[in-house]
Amino acid sequence: MLAKRIIPCLDIKGGRTVKGVNFEQLRDAGDPVELARIYADEGADELVFLDISATLEGRKTLYDLVRRVGEEVNIPYAVGGGISSVDQVYTLLRCGAEKISINSSAVRNPGLISEIANEYGAQCVIVAIDAKQVEGRWIVHTHGGTKPTELGLFDWARRVQEMGAGEILFTSMDHDGTKNGFAIEALKKMNQTVSIPVIASGGAGTKAHFKDVFEEADADAALAASVFHFKEIPVPELKRYLKDHSIQIR
Amino acid sequence: MIAIIDYDAGNTCSVMNAMKRLSADYVLTDDPEAILNAERVIFPGVGHATQAMKSLRDKQLVEVIRSVTKPLLGICVGMQLLNRFSVEGDTTCLGIMDSVVEKFVPLPAEPFQKVPHMGWNQINQLQGDLFKGIEHDAYVYFVHSYFVAQNEFTIGTADYNHLFSAAVQKDNFYGLQFHVEKSGTTGEQILTNFLNL
Repeated sequence: MLAKRIIPCLDIKGGRTVKGVNFEQLRDAGDPVELARIYADEGADELVFLDISATLEGRKTLYDLVRRVGEEVNIPYAVGGGISSVDQVYTLLRCGAEKISINSSAVRNPGLISEIANEYGAQCVIVAIDAKQVEGRWIVHTHGGTKPTELGLFDWARRVQEMGAGEILFTSMDHDGTKNGFAIEALKKMNQTVSIPVIASGGAGTKAHFKDVFEEADADAALAASVFHFKEIPVPELKRYLKDHSIQIR
Repeated sequence: MIAIIDYDAGNTCSVMNAMKRLSADYVLTDDPEAILNAERVIFPGVGHATQAMKSLRDKQLVEVIRSVTKPLLGICVGMQLLNRFSVEGDTTCLGIMDSVVEKFVPLPAEPFQKVPHMGWNQINQLQGDLFKGIEHDAYVYFVHSYFVAQNEFTIGTADYNHLFSAAVQKDNFYGLQFHVEKSGTTGEQILTNFLNL
């Protein structure tokens, strides 16, 4: 059986882990390499590092950090933030990342998805999609959620799959930071729209929220940051809880 | 000395890091002599079969890999390339094992799970010293869209859409479909077993 994945997300700025509440008001949650090792030991299934400063400030993803993480942890991890070329992907994979995540650059240049998939395989391409509801319609936003696009969430999801994405990381900006639960309805629809794995992101506040996102929305993985970083929900406790509720967990 | 074959295969760094964590001596190399003289050879792989085979040909490593006599471990695409042919880009592979690499495709009227097969999946029917100390139903990390069906060389299976080969072996050639270098402590045990074969 394939297990549902629990993915702590480490938002990185200036080499440190930060977590935005609705993408603003950043708080420092510590050293990313230290955190990564703790999560791996605690049973996290995968890690995502997002260099949140990269797109906004044009900063390159932190290759050194990626390399140090690779030396320390024995589980897979993805890296995103400001990736806009196949050369950058090559360097990140060489540094030890399993996957890369692209967001704004995929919207700007959808051909980048195919380029990376053709060169390194679909399995290493996560397309991250930030979206929120505008007048009842889910609209894709780029640049850390600051710029609305013309794209509808589900049309874009279908398109990125066609272009060769191996996975979608969907963050509901309406839910992110609220701790009121994941965007279950949108995730359900996302799952009916695409046939590639979907990582749910935004809104985790309780263990039951994770149970709901797996049971009701059938998400393949659930990603969260602050509930893990501030030890509100320890990963081992969460995994025990989900196992007790008959969810397939490693 | 362990030779990790260097052919721009993507995950070589992950494999090197895993060797470092096991305190094993390794060298990343595309030098035929170094590969043929190594006690153990690791043949990593991420990416497209066609690109990977092209890179091996460009580096004139096809015959070198076929000629290895010490234990060799192909990982993920490295494992797939040990076979005769891959439907990924209709690629002729190394042909050490006479099997074909297939793609996960939906079968009519059967529930079809998502592709790529991505995440921690249990492995079963484990055979041989490579899996010493590994329990049945242990979880390891898979990321792939292509697979090798169960065949005469299968020494471990996983079930996802099909029952397929999680591990294969022919003589000194071993292949693992999963990313053993990223499979936590289970992966570390399997790698240790490989080094101790």
